[in-house]
Amino acid sequence: MTVAVEAGARVRLEVNGKRCESAAAADTPLIYVLRNDLGLKGTRFGCGTEQCGSCLVLVDGKPAYACTTPLAAVEGRKITTVEGLAAGREPHALQRALIAEQAAQCGYCLSGIVIRGAALLAGNPAPTEAQVRSALDAHLCRCGSHNRIVRAVLRAAAEMREAP
Amino acid sequence: MSAVKLPGSLHTNRRLSQWLRFDRGGYVEVRTGKVEIGQGILTALAQIAADELDVPFDRVRIIPASTTASPKEGVTSGSLSIQDSGTALRHACAEARALYVQRAAERLRVPVDALDVRGGEIVAPDGARTSYWELVDDALLEREASGAVPPKSVHARHTIGTPAARIDLPDKVLGRPRFVQDLELPGLLHGRVVRPASSRARLSRLDVSRAEGMKHVTRVVRDGDFIGVVAEREEVAVKAAARLALDAGWSEGPTLPDSGQLAGWLSGEPCESSTIGERRAEGAAVASTLRARFTRPFIAHASIGPSCAVARWSDARLEVWSQTQGIHNLQADLAVVFAVPAHDVTVHHVEGAGCYGHNGADDVALDAALLARAVPGSPVRVLWSREDELGWSPFGPAMAVDLEVDLDASGEVLDWRGDVFSNGHGVRPGRSSTPTLLAAAHLAKPFERAIAINQPVATGGGAERNAIPGYDFPAFQLRSHRLLAMPVRTSALRALGAFVNVFAIEGMVDDIAAARGEDPVAWRLRHIADARGRAVLEAAARRARWSERVKREGTGFGVGYARYKTVGAWCAAIAEIEAEEEIRVRRITLAVDVGLAINPDGVANQVEGGAIQAASWTVREAVGFDRTRITSTSWEEYPILRFSEVPAVDVEVLQQPDAASVGAGEAAHGPVAAAIGNAVFDALGVRVRDLPITRERLLRL
Repeated sequence: MTVAVEAGARVRLEVNGKRCESAAAADTPLIYVLRNDLGLKGTRFGCGTEQCGSCLVLVDGKPAYACTTPLAAVEGRKITTVEGLAAGREPHALQRALIAEQAAQCGYCLSGIVIRGAALLAGNPAPTEAQVRSALDAHLCRCGSHNRIVRAVLRAAAEMREAP
Repeated sequence: MSAVKLPGSLHTNRRLSQWLRFDRGGYVEVRTGKVEIGQGILTALAQIAADELDVPFDRVRIIPASTTASPKEGVTSGSLSIQDSGTALRHACAEARALYVQRAAERLRVPVDALDVRGGEIVAPDGARTSYWELVDDALLEREASGAVPPKSVHARHTIGTPAARIDLPDKVLGRPRFVQDLELPGLLHGRVVRPASSRARLSRLDVSRAEGMKHVTRVVRDGDFIGVVAEREEVAVKAAARLALDAGWSEGPTLPDSGQLAGWLSGEPCESSTIGERRAEGAAVASTLRARFTRPFIAHASIGPSCAVARWSDARLEVWSQTQGIHNLQADLAVVFAVPAHDVTVHHVEGAGCYGHNGADDVALDAALLARAVPGSPVRVLWSREDELGWSPFGPAMAVDLEVDLDASGEVLDWRGDVFSNGHGVRPGRSSTPTLLAAAHLAKPFERAIAINQPVATGGGAERNAIPGYDFPAFQLRSHRLLAMPVRTSALRALGAFVNVFAIEGMVDDIAAARGEDPVAWRLRHIADARGRAVLEAAARRARWSERVKREGTGFGVGYARYKTVGAWCAAIAEIEAEEEIRVRRITLAVDVGLAINPDGVANQVEGGAIQAASWTVREAVGFDRTRITSTSWEEYPILRFSEVPAVDVEVLQQPDAASVGAGEAAHGPVAAAIGNAVFDALGVRVRDLPITRERLLRL
């Protein structure tokens, strides 16, 4: 997929397993390329300053804030957004667990939390509750769904251990 | 037609076709004027429709609200949606079901009474069957409700009262487009507004040339002190707005009160005073009088998603996609601003991030409409910045509550007097000839700034909400004092005045019980006349093991109780806190009675969320400002509780299958603030009466 904006240097990247190019300006925050050029609306704008976590994505498997990551910084990198976490048609275990726990009210903060939780579980298959909370401290939720979300992460961890 | 009193919003939206229609595809479309704001209302309404119609839950499709087709149900606020919309829908569905069963009886040639409805199929005793989907005839519902068909009995329900999964959740968990922020329309342009330097600042200098000259900038828009940009790309709109902000100069001066002296300011300003409740009694001998002042600061909505709207002008008609709580109210105000007939303004609701009252949702719709006017035919999407969201959404008003209580020789209350000082808690759009949308006051031909008012006491009041104690005191007198000037723009924030009024009452009551050496739960049980009130208190105490609590150094337990709005949900909360450097709220245990809980898990979710939000308000939050500007415009300056800081929350929902449903969303806030305040007293032996209960506050005591 190519995103045509203007002639000039194109940045190549891989998003959710698909190679694409973007001709947006090199300093364009990644979030706008994802949402507006690639149509991946799941990455959400909350603050623009890395203070709320709504826009979190994975860059080469590591969490990164799409609102402050310039396009040029992801040249040749693999980006995973909330839409890309599902394996095939099956949602990620954490996404299933969030539904099982009914762990949301408005749900605006969830995309970033799903990404953070998936990254946590990839590195630590058996986190303690305190570790889950600590990992999620970079994320704000205003509706007060915190405890349900924590339960969902722990549930997903247990499920992933049973059926890796 | 007759003016039979019909239930809920059916009274003002009387045609059955306004509420539902069946589709041959095998589903039923349901319309509501209430909107999803993260509270799960769509799911609860779908449950009601599924139950009354006897169709599977997943056959119910809720049509997004729009001024073109939805029942007119005012604003989604005040925890009234189940009462207004749910009640209407239940009765409309009961009548629709009866009409379709009648039609089926004719078709199958059996008596109506012999028919059974199962999963949308209408079945005769001999096995002959048809279904809603087969019988679809829209004309059948083109009639006024009669009010003569009673909804189902308690025993026949299958979906109401069950914890159905939220219908909006899969989209939100999977990151699918669902929010107004995600809306795509052909040719969509991106707009950003450059807000004035402060509330009353006037534009003194503006050079548009550099912003206008940026590649992909479509237009720089100016109307008086309202300035903004439209661009083809979002990142360009953001950059151009930043450029424009640098190239704009403002004249401003100190118009804000002293944030360190809010109580004095509140009680010293010109105000409109009214007595909101009074009971006199023959004077027994007063042995002593307690006096205390409780306060709360301005509080921000602080939604995680900044306000957003999309607007498009074509042929002098305006179409808006908005997260507003009141589509018709927004329509009315936009029509006034642009001097067009209301029917030339269409407002479609699209979900936004969590909404806890009158935030920037309506304001950003005007921003989008003003920018879109400069590019006719093109839809313009405006997303507020974080700074705008925290600095320009209306705030929940700062308040001061003065209490004075006469006691007899045994420390029992003889007379309870209170004075509530606050700005009004409502400046919502669509309620007067003056638009209340933010930018309306910044235009070249500005509209007067509306001053917030309080809704009538009969519908719950605003500042004075829950000011009258829910205890059987022999005499009381409560007065409300609404400020006539509004230097800080305020409007409805979840629970309105109930948050601090309950905090104040329950703090005072705790002191009274303590002075008598009486257990605070026992004192309350002795003074709550209402059995359902006592039941929630007993349930919370039992669940929290109140009587077995073990007090350790630096820890405390506290209780809070209220019946929201005096006529709504009963809620009791027990808090356990640790007083370290800061107050750590460890656990909150609640019991709530909302009558018939349509979705008990939805109720629990609302109460859990309410408890966490109230805990955050109580120990952490205050809008910061100097004499000129709001300063708490980032999450660093307006911190809220985080994952490792929120309390454990445990909720018991006392299901009441035979009782009318009341709202759940705002019941917890007052009791939780009170329980935390009382737990701090239990832990430290000091009564903190000024919110938030922060470390700085404790150090000053």
